[in-house]
Amino acid sequence: MYVIVVGAGKVGAQVVRELVTAGHEVLAIERDPVKVAAINEELGEIAILGDGPEARVQDEVGMARADLCVATTGRDETNLAVCQVAQVRFRVPRVIARINNPKNEAIFRALGVELTVSATQAILAHIEQELPSHPLIHLLQLRGSGFELVEVLVPESAPTVGRRVDSIDLPPGVLLSLVVRPDGTPEVPTGGTTLEGGSEILAVTQPEHETELRRALTGGA
Amino acid sequence: MKIVIMGCGRVGAMLAGRLSDAGHDITIIDLNASAFRRLPEGFAGTQIVGNGVDQETLRGAGIEQADAFVAVTQGDNRNVMAAQVAMHLFGVERAVARIYDPERQKIYTELGLRTVSPTVILSDRLFDAVVGP
Repeated sequence: MYVIVVGAGKVGAQVVRELVTAGHEVLAIERDPVKVAAINEELGEIAILGDGPEARVQDEVGMARADLCVATTGRDETNLAVCQVAQVRFRVPRVIARINNPKNEAIFRALGVELTVSATQAILAHIEQELPSHPLIHLLQLRGSGFELVEVLVPESAPTVGRRVDSIDLPPGVLLSLVVRPDGTPEVPTGGTTLEGGSEILAVTQPEHETELRRALTGGA
Repeated sequence: MKIVIMGCGRVGAMLAGRLSDAGHDITIIDLNASAFRRLPEGFAGTQIVGNGVDQETLRGAGIEQADAFVAVTQGDNRNVMAAQVAMHLFGVERAVARIYDPERQKIYTELGLRTVSPTVILSDRLFDAVVGP
């Protein structure tokens, strides 16, 4: 694969290293001459000095034949411009953008940059998983569809404990995919499945229905 | 019209003054409070300190009710990102971005933004001044 990485700071340089080790053809674009020199000394002449969002620079490095463009700079506006220029001008089939402000994820997606990686979001997701009392955990963003996979814990004290799944009024579009019983047994829920305190439910939902879904399954507990 | 302007440099400040004099309701955003000194005396609009790429700042500036948005900071990328946020997230009909790089200007015009490139305009003017009639 030919991969172009924009930004060779701490994140970008590590991405470049890993890709080179994995045997890919890699080229890095970086604005800081010191960082360019460091990469080239370590890995051979694979970094060039330039401004990533500039079409002329992308043209020079052969963006048109790249299989993937990864924007890793510390600035969201730069990463967005890099991906948009690569997609619109050079028709790169896949782009990945690092996002520094999690609030920008929605705008990146709305503008056609589907795959984003946010360190803040990743750390928060881990914290959520470490906190057993957290009522709703994000597991996975389903790309392109607008749906996400979440996990809801049904507390022992929840008023929904003992109720059948088909008696619960779920928000539109929500799909309960899996129930993990407190003893660790997984099962695919049916209408007749009753909710148990301490069980975990995996559900597919749209982000805007998260709160409603949690309330429906836990009764607000 | 209600117009939000991001960037209170010379261009942003002058534009804000002119639009305000023409009777429009102006809110101007800049990262730096001292930038507002460039505004003309008696400027009737609202001044907000903040980062216009941030959705909360834009919301605070009343972007949801705005008829137009103009991004005139020094950064092309910041301008196009903010203008796209205004257009696609907040439904602002006229989103205008200043883009120095003529290549990027073409790309973003294709993507539906109204764009102005000082590089193109200035080189046209200079061309005429040098070899024009």
